[in-house]
Amino acid sequence: MIETKNKKGAWIAFVCVFLFLALIFALDQLIKPTDKLGMLLIVLQKGSVYALAAVSMNLLNGYTGLFSLGHAGFMLLGAYTYAIFTIPDKSRDAVYQYFDAAIRFSIPEQLSNHMGGFGTALGVFIALVLAGLVAALMAWLIGLPVLRLKSDYLAIATLGFAEIIRAVFQWSKLGPVTNGSNLLKNFARASKFKLEIAGTKLSLSTFVPVLIATVCIILIVLIVNSTYGRAFKAIRDDEIAAEAMGINLAKHKMISFVTSSFFAGVAGATLAMVLSIAQANNFKSAMTYEILLMVVLGGIGSITGSVIGSLLFVAASEWWLRGLDSGKFLGIEAPNIFRNGFRLVVFSVIIMVVVLFFRKGIMGEKELPDLFRKKKKEAPAKEGQA
Amino acid sequence: MSEQKTMLLVENVTMQFGGVVAVNNLSMEVREGEIVAIIGPNGAGKTTAFNVITGVYAPTNGRVSFDGRCVVENYPRGKMKKNYLGENAGLYTQVKEPTPDRLTALGMARTFQNIRLWKSMTVFDNILVAKHLKRSSNLFSAAFRMNREEEAQQRREVLALLEIVGLADVKDELATSLPYGKQRRLEIARALATKPKLLLLDEPAAGMNPQETQELTQFIGQIRKDFDVTIVLIEHHMDLVMDISDRIYVLDFGRLIAQGTPEEIQKNEKVIDAYLGVVDDAEN
Repeated sequence: MIETKNKKGAWIAFVCVFLFLALIFALDQLIKPTDKLGMLLIVLQKGSVYALAAVSMNLLNGYTGLFSLGHAGFMLLGAYTYAIFTIPDKSRDAVYQYFDAAIRFSIPEQLSNHMGGFGTALGVFIALVLAGLVAALMAWLIGLPVLRLKSDYLAIATLGFAEIIRAVFQWSKLGPVTNGSNLLKNFARASKFKLEIAGTKLSLSTFVPVLIATVCIILIVLIVNSTYGRAFKAIRDDEIAAEAMGINLAKHKMISFVTSSFFAGVAGATLAMVLSIAQANNFKSAMTYEILLMVVLGGIGSITGSVIGSLLFVAASEWWLRGLDSGKFLGIEAPNIFRNGFRLVVFSVIIMVVVLFFRKGIMGEKELPDLFRKKKKEAPAKEGQA
Repeated sequence: MSEQKTMLLVENVTMQFGGVVAVNNLSMEVREGEIVAIIGPNGAGKTTAFNVITGVYAPTNGRVSFDGRCVVENYPRGKMKKNYLGENAGLYTQVKEPTPDRLTALGMARTFQNIRLWKSMTVFDNILVAKHLKRSSNLFSAAFRMNREEEAQQRREVLALLEIVGLADVKDELATSLPYGKQRRLEIARALATKPKLLLLDEPAAGMNPQETQELTQFIGQIRKDFDVTIVLIEHHMDLVMDISDRIYVLDFGRLIAQGTPEEIQKNEKVIDAYLGVVDDAEN
């Protein structure tokens, strides 16, 4: 009986995901970036990247109960790895204008020489995985000492790590690799992704980031619902009992930390892909707080919540509340009040209201299939009353 | 009964916290299939002894052998070398400090004095997680559901276990929503799910009324038969202890003051002085 229930939930989720991807693909064709609705595409691109980052943070903070604040650091590692390995040879010298580029190897370019367009796509994919692996490797290294710490101490240690990484990447001695504090650009970016079928060009600039995020989030969902996910939850609920029941704490915390960082690295790489630039200065601890906020808004321990939280967050801050900064909002013109920065004031108030009225976040600990199931359960109860 | 093999052997275990010796030179032996009780007044060091046996604390000195092999061993070293207050300091030379999960994997499972169930999980999941250590899958094979057979097998085992312990009807409820007695029962079932050879119960009847205690007594007897486990328990309910124990160890101020069958213990004057006598006074 349990299995049929799970299967039903899986089908509902699968259908939703498929329809969602088809919708994104259609939007990508229908809306041009210069249109009025072009903002929607940008929100979807950035929103999906942040959704992935939030879900990967949720895996660690929400499901395993390890309060880590190093997310921006791992995203930075991913973004740089991706950027460095996808800058075409021709542009190397232009990008590294003050340094002599040490790495002159673009994976998509090398592969496209052999396999054409498919090679480029494969190269981008490999660079993404590499970005995740670099972040995961770093997570493993710092996890060895840091994961012995608990709660606040772990948060401070990982926060410190993220700041150190950012400083190191801006160090001019590393310039030949990281381009110092200058930005990396001209690498494989979302706005250039196109699919050519029989002469017609189909834009993939929104579809690809959304697809990457969707696939990664599905992977995380699979992990969370596996025996390992249950072990993580056991560690969160009661570490001592988990250890006494044979769960190796050091090993499982490390698995969770490394997995979470892998996806944070992929999210960082996708962010670079969307923004078309990678600069260490963008990956400040404020970014970690933003992601944490999305997780909390959506509901700690709910993946659907993290996704909804990040889409709403990005839409509000990038799109809906823009008018508050530029003088006109909801048809009201008040250039004296709606000045630069007012958006953030309103935004903070909204967040406070949400946190006050949804203590457990928008979704609590519920997931997408739960919503369908709950309605069904409630319906017969109402009939019974009537 | 007498010639059965030794399941648990505790030798000269001393546990010292700073200047306090919580367990002092404790030695005990538990044979296969026995039910052994550890009793003693509050603060006698019973739970500390449990924590040493299950690997939560590394002892300051002494050795614990389980199922014929040495699993825990330590001797006073470092700062403790100067400050050691116990006995038999020179007896051991090895250091073996396994984490509790290693000992659980070897076949030792325990319950806790204050119930430690996983709060956000259902009754079913609580037991399913305890089966995690029997899994052969790694993160990838688990995520991609490559071990469906194993998963289905474990789910069947969990259901069967829930039937035996009488919790099958509440399997989809949150563990913390159960009444107290059933939570205790679930915690014991969770320990049994790891397929232990030795089950350690830390005050299983704490907070129970006589009716529930009676049921628990029967339940423990049933477990021994059905699951073929050796049981060590800490308990304050003397009825329960005298009812089901084959042998009893009595601790006072960290020291072993008596051991023997329930009849012997009831007659032992040291025990009556240190423990039962005090209880009688308090009641009168």
